[in-house]
Amino acid sequence: MLILTCPYCGVKADETELSAGGEAHLKRFGPGSSEDEFEGYLFVRENPKGVHFERWRHSYGCGKWFHAARCTMTLEVFGTYPAQTFEPPQDIKDAISAKRPNWRWRDFS
Amino acid sequence: MSTRLANGGRLIDRTKPVSFMFNGKKMGGYAGDTLASALLANDQMLVGRSFKYHRPRGIVASGAEEPNGLVNLGKGGRFEPNQRVTTQELYEGLEAASQNHFPSLEFDVGAVNAKLAKFMPAGFYYKMFIHPRPLWKHVYEPFIRKAAGLGKAPKDRDADVYEHFYHFVDVLVVGGGITGLSAALAAGRAGARVLLVEQTAHWGGRGVVDGAQIDGLDAGAWVKGALQDLEKMENVEFVSRCMAAGVYDHGYALAYERLTDHLVDKSGARHRLWRIRAAQIVTATGAIERPLSFAGNDVPGVMLASAVRDYVVDYGASVGDRTVVVTNNDDAYRTAIAMKSAGLDVPAIIDARPAAGPLADEAKALGIRVLFGAAVAQVQGGKRVTGVATCSQAGEGAMLEEIPCECVAMSGGWSPVVHLWSHCGGKLLWDDAQSHFRPDPDRPPLGADGQGFVTTAGAAQGHLSTRDCIETGHEAGAAAAIAVGLSGNSGKPAGGDAPEEAPMEPVWMMPQGAPYKLRSKMWLDYQNDVKVSDVQLAAQEGYESVEHTKRYTTLGMATDQGKLSNINGLAVLSNALGQEIPATGTTTFRPPYTPISLGSIGGEASRDLFQPLRKTPIHDWSDANGAEWEPVGQWRRVYAYKRGDETTQDAVNREVKNTREALGLLDASTLGKLIVQGPDAGKFLDMMYTNMMSTLPVGKCRYGLMCNEQGFLMDDGVVARIAEDRWLCHTTTGGADHIHAHMEEWLQTEWWDWKVYVANVTEQYAQVAVVGPNARKVLEKLGGMDVSKDALPFMQWRDGTLGGFDCRAYRISFSGELSYEIAVPASQGAAFWEALIEAGGEFGVMPYGTEALHILRAEKGFIMIGDETDGTVIPQDLGLNWALSKKKDDYLGKRGQERSNMVDPDRWKLVGLESTDGSVIPDGAYAVADGENANGQRNTQGRITSTYFSANLDRGIAMGLVKDGPNRMGEVIDFPKVDGKVVQAKIVSPVFYDPDGEKQNV
Repeated sequence: MLILTCPYCGVKADETELSAGGEAHLKRFGPGSSEDEFEGYLFVRENPKGVHFERWRHSYGCGKWFHAARCTMTLEVFGTYPAQTFEPPQDIKDAISAKRPNWRWRDFS
Repeated sequence: MSTRLANGGRLIDRTKPVSFMFNGKKMGGYAGDTLASALLANDQMLVGRSFKYHRPRGIVASGAEEPNGLVNLGKGGRFEPNQRVTTQELYEGLEAASQNHFPSLEFDVGAVNAKLAKFMPAGFYYKMFIHPRPLWKHVYEPFIRKAAGLGKAPKDRDADVYEHFYHFVDVLVVGGGITGLSAALAAGRAGARVLLVEQTAHWGGRGVVDGAQIDGLDAGAWVKGALQDLEKMENVEFVSRCMAAGVYDHGYALAYERLTDHLVDKSGARHRLWRIRAAQIVTATGAIERPLSFAGNDVPGVMLASAVRDYVVDYGASVGDRTVVVTNNDDAYRTAIAMKSAGLDVPAIIDARPAAGPLADEAKALGIRVLFGAAVAQVQGGKRVTGVATCSQAGEGAMLEEIPCECVAMSGGWSPVVHLWSHCGGKLLWDDAQSHFRPDPDRPPLGADGQGFVTTAGAAQGHLSTRDCIETGHEAGAAAAIAVGLSGNSGKPAGGDAPEEAPMEPVWMMPQGAPYKLRSKMWLDYQNDVKVSDVQLAAQEGYESVEHTKRYTTLGMATDQGKLSNINGLAVLSNALGQEIPATGTTTFRPPYTPISLGSIGGEASRDLFQPLRKTPIHDWSDANGAEWEPVGQWRRVYAYKRGDETTQDAVNREVKNTREALGLLDASTLGKLIVQGPDAGKFLDMMYTNMMSTLPVGKCRYGLMCNEQGFLMDDGVVARIAEDRWLCHTTTGGADHIHAHMEEWLQTEWWDWKVYVANVTEQYAQVAVVGPNARKVLEKLGGMDVSKDALPFMQWRDGTLGGFDCRAYRISFSGELSYEIAVPASQGAAFWEALIEAGGEFGVMPYGTEALHILRAEKGFIMIGDETDGTVIPQDLGLNWALSKKKDDYLGKRGQERSNMVDPDRWKLVGLESTDGSVIPDGAYAVADGENANGQRNTQGRITSTYFSANLDRGIAMGLVKDGPNRMGEVIDFPKVDGKVVQAKIVSPVFYDPDGEKQNV
């Protein structure tokens, strides 16, 4: 039962208040995209042992979607940030680098 | 025989006799007894039968680790199987029955399995029941089902209630022994909010039984003082009969408090599940004594040495007059000394080691014979111990002498209880000196900040002396307070004694060179009948992983999860594999620590409180007018309104006919209503729906389909444009919340720069469908707005008043009849409904329910989300291509529908199906095709998605998805039924009634 801080309302939310939404920073592919692009968008996901970026919704709170950076091994949380972004903000990346110096996730590092 | 001693028993009150029933026989005990101690006091040595061989089983332990003493407890709505006699406190009138035997505990025909033991080795079930395949269904499966499970399943509904309790603390201390008390004192003095939980009814743990000395006091007196000190601290709570069941992510813990299990009065909540968030957790969970592996170690009367002295010291109950102690450590000598002090005889202490510490001298001084380097060759006796045969530990079991006795007290050393430490990722290390796994303080479970949040102390960390327990408990409590940022003074730890003891020696088999004949009688797991020879066989057959060996042999499975057997089992496995024990490792520790009731997990969420019930404004009227309810999500909707002694089917038939012939009213308030508003709302809806919504003129309605990105249908409904920048989207009853969430997700995470708001206004309105040839007449009688064909044409809406009610009237139809859906403010819903009922009297008004709604729509071939769709169906399968915009570049699902599998011409498509005999085809029936598939099953070519009796057509009608169906009109296909018969059906148009739509356009 994780605790994640909602970056919108500032509440330290228990997992029962939240809904998990899978991997963060997916790029949508619509009509005109290739089979590979569309397959990647719908089905291909990271499965890291370590640093991971996830989508969460504060469903039983303010209702907002946000992203969380955390370690799938130790359950350590590096930070949460609003979902309206194409990549993790620098302070989140810095927080990860402080704990996991050579981390890499998709194209982010 | 086992009996009650004349004196002793610090926990029982001899002035308060208690009577109880075991296997229908009345027995007596005292207040303070456990069921186990009371059974022993009544010479009930035999308490059950083992799982596989039905061997006689007696009590082995005195606490939560007990593998054998499992009973069916209580009766009726309070019946429960697999309850441990060692943790069940005695109360007046308790009823218990032993398990896993037929016809009786004393004489069990299943015991013949023991004679066949040679033919039932490890993996017996896997090996035996594979071939021949045809025997599986009628021979093997019934046999295994009969043998499966130890207790009986309860038949009645649970009579008790349960509750959840949420709690937040700085420090959770688990275990109320002297270690846990020390930790709670230290953390409490430093100012931390502390919760201390103890699984038994008593404080002090083993220290009190074993006569420890603390600050110059008997442990019992010190514990009393410690509790008084804790009581004085407002920041400390302590709860007994409360077991910490599991430790989870980020300091979450569950504790299971038994409130009434020990009481005659069962009123109030039975169990309370504490849902705790703790910043720090100290596990002072103690240690469990290990059995020794010698031949016949499962005969009733062979018990853990610590349990034997618990029964004498705590309950004044002895297993027999003569106790032989078998050990590889000094601690078991305390049992011999306790027996002597109670006036009982100890013919010998059999110590596998060459020498022992000062406790041996004490024992010798009491006249006890101590045999060093010795072992048990064989325990004698069947349903109870009659004696032991000794041999040398170094040899192969050649008998030296026979010693008559009634009780064998064994000790193979102590294993720390590491479960809670391990649940959330704490790692273990192997301690060679004490031959056990204990928590590795450098690798604790980690919290959100990456720091450890669990510490462990006392026997749970491998410290066995009173002094070390108190000191490590104090340190852990003080450190936990510092970790949560408190700087208060934790004070000094109490001073405990630490008598000198000689080191233990690992003994995994007795004697060390035992031949197969003896090894096949050495039980590792008493509950599941796993022996030393079984684990050795598993290793020989290639089961190298301890997890695989567990599943293959059943070692450490079921209710006790190997609390006694695991370490011995993996030591035997390691020896057989020729590797060190740490290389073998342990199986995974998973919560709960011991079984907890399912009721406690559900808590208050049962019966009426299972989930919130949503009621429409018209609910009470319906309830008073014959409603038969059905659940639709959290809503209750009316299935049919029954009149007089009508059957439900009669009512449905009447409602269907009346709606087509006169006037029907449907409570449609549960339909989802979402307002979508903003400068970009049209653009947004064009992405959400497959149709074009941005071009819909104000005042008009359009039926829309929603798909997910894969292209599959997820919802449908009528969309109305209310204003230039405002649309109202109707969703299905079940869809309102998740479609709202779906829209929010896209707005927040993909098109966050679009200016759109979505609001769920479902419960703001009551909505009534006014349906049938007389629909317009009743609205005109109410009067107010113009509802004529010209003023309010089909698929349009107008605001106005009807009968004085402010309303919005939509001219839409889900039945093919002349139909209006009238929305009024929710607060006016009941009054508006009653006004319609009253005004409709002269037009033959009748309310109708969801079943009539379904039939009316099926007669017209209208699809229903969840019937015609199941998450694999695209609009093209349902002939809804007309609702897919060709003009739009993009909408959710457009790309998904272009995938090769979605454009396959062989996809099953929607058709109507008419049974040739007029009967109703079973729902979900499959149409068979020629030939068989790879599994020897008939090939299929379609299935039924909706099927009803149509009173209007006086025959069964159905819709279904059939391979290439629309091109096979008139063809007859076969639908086999579960009774083996076949119903034939003709493929027809799905529109059974009024195919030209003349009735709705009037």
